[in-house]
Amino acid sequence: MTAPAATNNAPPVTALGVKRLCKAFGGLKVTADVTLDVAPGERRLIIGPNGAGKTTLFNLITGEITPDSGAVILNGTDITRLPSRHRAHLGLARTYQIITLFARDTILRNVTLALLGLSHLRWDPFINLDRQHHLIDAAHAALARVGLEHIGGRPLAQTSYGERRRVEIAMALAQNPKVLLLDEPFAGLSVEERRDVQKLLFAIPRDVTIVMIEHDMDVALEFAERITLLHFGEVVVEGSRAEVVADPRTREVYLGH
Amino acid sequence: MTRVTPRRVALVVALLALVTLPVWVGNSYYVNIASQILLFAVFALALNVLVGYGGLVSLGHAGLFAIAGYAAALMLEAGYNHLVADLAGIAAAVVAAAVFAVLALRATGIGLLMITLALGQIVWGIAYRWAGLTHGDNGVNVATRPQPFGISLAGATSFYFATLVVFLAAVVAMALFVRSPFGASLRGTRDQPQRMNALGYNVWLIRFVAFLFSGFWTAAAGLLFIYYNGFISPQVASLQASAEALLMVISGGTATLLGPIAGAAIVVIMKNVVSAYVERWNMVLGIIFVLIITFMPEGLVPGSVRLAKLGWHALRKQAGRANVEEPAR
Repeated sequence: MTAPAATNNAPPVTALGVKRLCKAFGGLKVTADVTLDVAPGERRLIIGPNGAGKTTLFNLITGEITPDSGAVILNGTDITRLPSRHRAHLGLARTYQIITLFARDTILRNVTLALLGLSHLRWDPFINLDRQHHLIDAAHAALARVGLEHIGGRPLAQTSYGERRRVEIAMALAQNPKVLLLDEPFAGLSVEERRDVQKLLFAIPRDVTIVMIEHDMDVALEFAERITLLHFGEVVVEGSRAEVVADPRTREVYLGH
Repeated sequence: MTRVTPRRVALVVALLALVTLPVWVGNSYYVNIASQILLFAVFALALNVLVGYGGLVSLGHAGLFAIAGYAAALMLEAGYNHLVADLAGIAAAVVAAAVFAVLALRATGIGLLMITLALGQIVWGIAYRWAGLTHGDNGVNVATRPQPFGISLAGATSFYFATLVVFLAAVVAMALFVRSPFGASLRGTRDQPQRMNALGYNVWLIRFVAFLFSGFWTAAAGLLFIYYNGFISPQVASLQASAEALLMVISGGTATLLGPIAGAAIVVIMKNVVSAYVERWNMVLGIIFVLIITFMPEGLVPGSVRLAKLGWHALRKQAGRANVEEPAR
């Protein structure tokens, strides 16, 4: 726990701040006093063994779970008590480790729903959604970013796992987020698919801050600038890529030897 | 540019058939059956908003249907004119739908089913027991039908056309709703509520508004019902009435436009026509539902489309084989 205490007199230099966040399920502490400061444009990797509380941390950040104590700060605004849906409107987007898509719809409709979520049109009961060209065009553009524009009309049920992973990312990107949380974007992908996803993540511009949970160190390490190692809900090591990899605690906790 | 598609042709044919129905049916008894089918189709379409598109299975909708009917009938009895009574009926049902929604949307799935069931039973209980207001089991008489633009709706045919107008308005409203962004939002909350929340949607409010929309069209059906029967009694709010409406939606095909209409037709025809010939018509209805659920679990309309496609493919395959075998002979 050597992270220096943030000085409060300067303007917010963190895109995403997590201050002493705690969460327990019954007697089990899943998030124990976690503090993170992610700078604007940073690529942060969160690692840790199974059950370390990585996804729980994401759920706390997006508001899908409410913390017992602590604060979540998005671009200088305290969003700890804000409902999840408001956080999306403030520029926070995420993908899910377990694919959470609209199985009865086409790929294009999935991405359109992501765009519609931030549009006031979502309440309109009269217009034809398929004729909202600005939304449809933006959805096509988001699909182009992940290389799926040629199969936009395909029902999701007829897509491969790797394609679905990319739809997840396209939906998050379509919302033009300031902070993007990626929960194991490489999980279950083949070596080629990993390369493709890695390439598309590298192509995301620097005005988007990215926090990524990933098990696959080979692909993730290349991407990350700073790494946070979680274990039993606690931050064990945090630092630059080289520092964390070199730290003996990383080997002990994460690599298991 | 309007293109001629099979869908459009079918639509025009169906519309023509509905408009000319009193002519080719002739007998006013069957015209009345048609009116019943249309009014229950409006009810089923309204319930389908929640069940089909929202994934919210309500077993208390007969309560809303009855609230609209009772409110209008009691207003008429108190001497108000039809317009005021009907508006009061719709307002009462929409307010009741809001109350239902606030209480029931604390849960989804079985929880929601049970809460709506309980709320529907409360309405039934009030209708049955609060005799000072509702005349209990004696019910409330509705002596006259309205005369929109001076047109009397007393006859079977004129009432049929009035019902048809409301029915078509409901169908148009549903068709618009289904393809609209709000319709897409509601279906999204049915399939992935957690994701919808994370994408910026207010899942609760979307469901709440859907409840009001459903309540409005349920009220329209309830008003048609009291004018059709000239009477309303607690039976209208019973659990059986709610279950029947739900069966209409499920047997016809949830989340489709035609399904609830087909479902309403089946139930109304069974109750009125088949019951004249078969004493145990309830059993026949039960057997039909079992057959539908067994062979077309997705409902009659989508199921028929699927089976028709299968049959068509099988036919073409057989024809292809016959063509190949022909020269050998």
